[in-house]
Amino acid sequence: MERMASLLSIEDLRVAFSLGKKETTVLRGINLSILGNEIHGLVGESGSGKTVTSTCIIGLLPIPPARILSGHIYFDGKDLLSLPEEQMRTYRGRKIAMIFQEPAKYLNPAFKIGEQIIEMLMLHMGMKKRSAYERVVELLRLVGLDEKVIDSYPHELSGGMKQRAMIAMAISCDPDLIIADEPTTALDVTLQVQILALLKKLKDMRKLGVLFISHDLYLVSEIADRVSVIYAGRIVESATKEELFRNPLHPYTRLLMHSIPDAKKKGSKLATIPGQVPDAAEIGNGCAFANRCPIAKEDCFNDIPSYVAYENAHTVACYYAGKIWQIL
Amino acid sequence: MADLIESKNITKIYRSRSLAGSKHGFKAVDEVSVNIKKQSIFGLVGESGCGKTTFGRALMYLDPPTSGSVIFDDVPLGSLKPKELRRFRNRMQIVFQDPNSALDPKMSIYNSLSEGMVNLKIPKEQRDRKVNDLINLVGIGKAYLRRFPHELSGGQKQRIVIARALSMDPDFLVLDEPTSNLDVSIQAQIINLLIDLKNEFELTYLFISHDLNLVSYMCDEIAVMFKGRIVEQAETELLISEPSHPYTQKLFSSIPGGAQRIGVKSLNIGELGEKTIREPQKEEKSQAGCSYYSQCPMGDAECSLSAPFLRELSRGHVVSCHKIRTGK
Repeated sequence: MERMASLLSIEDLRVAFSLGKKETTVLRGINLSILGNEIHGLVGESGSGKTVTSTCIIGLLPIPPARILSGHIYFDGKDLLSLPEEQMRTYRGRKIAMIFQEPAKYLNPAFKIGEQIIEMLMLHMGMKKRSAYERVVELLRLVGLDEKVIDSYPHELSGGMKQRAMIAMAISCDPDLIIADEPTTALDVTLQVQILALLKKLKDMRKLGVLFISHDLYLVSEIADRVSVIYAGRIVESATKEELFRNPLHPYTRLLMHSIPDAKKKGSKLATIPGQVPDAAEIGNGCAFANRCPIAKEDCFNDIPSYVAYENAHTVACYYAGKIWQIL
Repeated sequence: MADLIESKNITKIYRSRSLAGSKHGFKAVDEVSVNIKKQSIFGLVGESGCGKTTFGRALMYLDPPTSGSVIFDDVPLGSLKPKELRRFRNRMQIVFQDPNSALDPKMSIYNSLSEGMVNLKIPKEQRDRKVNDLINLVGIGKAYLRRFPHELSGGQKQRIVIARALSMDPDFLVLDEPTSNLDVSIQAQIINLLIDLKNEFELTYLFISHDLNLVSYMCDEIAVMFKGRIVEQAETELLISEPSHPYTQKLFSSIPGGAQRIGVKSLNIGELGEKTIREPQKEEKSQAGCSYYSQCPMGDAECSLSAPFLRELSRGHVVSCHKIRTGK
């Protein structure tokens, strides 16, 4: 049922990577659904599986060394994971577009910005060069760039401008879903706000679904409608932005919020999460957070907690969710 | 408390090494004067390329300033001979952003930690004792002494870098974005460690960062840098509650989640999307006016003609802007 309502829905996605003879599971059952006209924030630390999730959606997972163990990604009534590459190509860039952390890496340095976008329009939309050119001018204006940029090479643009060009390229084929993987991490704070504003404006204008991936919980809170927190290859908590900040239930989310410094916490110690993110190979049968969790009990180490739905469409995977304990 | 470091009109000019030799160098730091009180944490914020790191290095005479002077505990560093300076620099240490490149991959942790003391010809027994103390201090087990940097996680490496800096018994540390390569849950551990060490050893820090939340949590005093100049400086609480320079205001309103966290006025992202946003211009031709003029919403003819100087708004709160009236 839910599949019908959401634009994209990921069900029980498990992915493993093999290194030599060893195989380690990096995604351990991701469940996520994104609605149209919604910005869905995915927050997690490095190595938690954010980027692997996004590469699965867009069909760029390197297989091998990666291997999909189980799961489905439903988009537009189809399971993307079972589509042949040829068909996947009609989605990638066309219906599902992607914005990366370092635009410099994904723009071809040898071609002008205009040429790169025109190429996409001609390929995906079957446009003639002339009408594609006009469309690019329109797109550049939309993302707040001067139309002269059409004849610029990537190296002539600043970081913020490159990211805008990247966004223009992403929206050029009128996609339904944009995956933005840390789109502002390489930018300064003042530029970051501008890019966020642009994404939000585009989402409102075109009723897009956006998967906004970031390591910064508060950055996500500025832009997302709904936030999912990912830890070691599994989503531990998902709720609307307001609900999540008002009432975080998973111990990891709560500790994370208390460990981020700001002026209000001045003079008091920051909460810390002891230890570090476990290596994917070391995670046992239980909850991946158990060995760092202040309220973990025996059962946490034995079985993975399943998702429990709370009020206000708030789901949490924790046996002791919402239990009160002393932070620090 | 008395000042530990006094910098007077520090200017650092980088000249290009072209064959023809260019007349105009690039002024990375422009007439910066700051005093850092003993046992305080002085924060320096600004966007990438504004000269934060150059200033930190100039302050330690790692890259001696082109003009201006640094007085460290009543000793003018400029008057020291190179050999004396090397010796003196034990009292000032620096912790870099990227612990991966700060540690020699071919040296064991033990060797990295004791190298400085070997240079000072400290006997082996004393060295060993000190290395053991240091590694305990930063919360890493002795077993790691025989290991090599690649066997450690990013957070652990940064702890080693901090321990190495402390091996010289310094009075002053330059912390150049010490946590920006680390995950949030690890960042909190390192920040707590730095604050504990500061209190235990009565250290003084220059804390360089682009993360305003972190700076406002850590620091007693903050200076905001823009294009090599300090545009505003005040005690943390004052700067957050009354940011005066238009650049400071913009910076603080760009903090993700700033409104809900430290109560600064937040830019309305929705509103911002509607405006065409000006990208910072490349190299300004005119050297005369205020460096922020091209982006400033308040700028007028006066600003384009003459550069403002730092003036005192209230006690300890200085700002460099023509448009702010003093003496309320």
